[in-house]
Amino acid sequence: MGLEIYNSTVQAAVNWARKFSLFQYPFVTACCGMEFMSTAAPKYDLARFGAEFPRFSPRQADLLIIVGTITERQGPALRRIYDQMCEPKWVVAFGVCASTGGFYQNYSTMPGADQVVPVDVYIPGCPPRPEQVLDALILLQERIQRGEGHSQIVLKAEAGHDVPIAAIRPRDKGPQAAPLGTQPHAVRPEGAK
Amino acid sequence: MSQLILDRLAATFTGGELEQIGSQHGNEWARVRRDAWRTVATFLRDDPACDLKMPTDLTAVDRVSREPRFDVVVHLYSVTKKHRVRLYAGVPEDDCTLDSLVSVWPGMDWFEREAYDLYGVRFRGHPDLRRILMYPEFVGHPLRKDYPKEKRQPLVRRDDLPINPIKAPHAGEHK
Repeated sequence: MGLEIYNSTVQAAVNWARKFSLFQYPFVTACCGMEFMSTAAPKYDLARFGAEFPRFSPRQADLLIIVGTITERQGPALRRIYDQMCEPKWVVAFGVCASTGGFYQNYSTMPGADQVVPVDVYIPGCPPRPEQVLDALILLQERIQRGEGHSQIVLKAEAGHDVPIAAIRPRDKGPQAAPLGTQPHAVRPEGAK
Repeated sequence: MSQLILDRLAATFTGGELEQIGSQHGNEWARVRRDAWRTVATFLRDDPACDLKMPTDLTAVDRVSREPRFDVVVHLYSVTKKHRVRLYAGVPEDDCTLDSLVSVWPGMDWFEREAYDLYGVRFRGHPDLRRILMYPEFVGHPLRKDYPKEKRQPLVRRDDLPINPIKAPHAGEHK
């Protein structure tokens, strides 16, 4: 009993530290990037919330911000970047295209980045206002404090704890599991470069 | 504006190479017989009166119910004469090939790759005819009118994708 109280207190302190030192990796693919720049610039000042520094290496980041349309062709790259980030990590889908595919409904556009990476907070809007982004960041901070980020829950589940959300299965670590982002869902023809 | 080009074509190609010529909204166009496609293009480039050195676009049109099914369209412009013309060639579905214009204008390389990628028109004599926008794993040609509008060919999906009734048809397609 005493151990559990100790454990949860440490977790609360750690999560408090995590939520105010988010290092973002902006995966910017489209026009939402302009609004993201505005949010990060002094007028709206994302740095006030501790998410100061965009890192352009996934190994130095723990918040993946997917800004813009994701195509099926970009899927493996996005998945690889997510896999390269250190845990625990969080994902924000910035704008309707990253959230659902937006007004693109065609052969090339992925219907939401959550098809390849688990998204913690979705920001609607085309593009969203900076205020929405700040709101989403505060939502994410609350979620981090509660320990309910997707990767936090997966880590808990792998450590043998009960997880609150039944929809999240632990990752497939069987011998047949290929490196993530490289599973051949489509077949590359013979001789293709 | 460029009636001169059509006159030059009509005077030069009298063996039925020109199937049809016309003019609409001040834009002249000519429909070229498929086997004369490269000959006509080379003539328009080299003829000093036409001097169409700059091909601004090449693409295809899928007319589904018409025979031949596809049109390949090329837009030509002359920087010196400041006139332009549009050429069409009909391409049937069962023999979906056309002579490549890369040997005439090297800049046609990527345009023809795009037309091949999205419409499936094969360009004979193209040095490197492979997909340019879609990935090599993609099956079919997405801008053909009979390609299903919402069909997706994912390269990768999450292995813990939550069951979502709205997205289930797409998500399950690759399994």
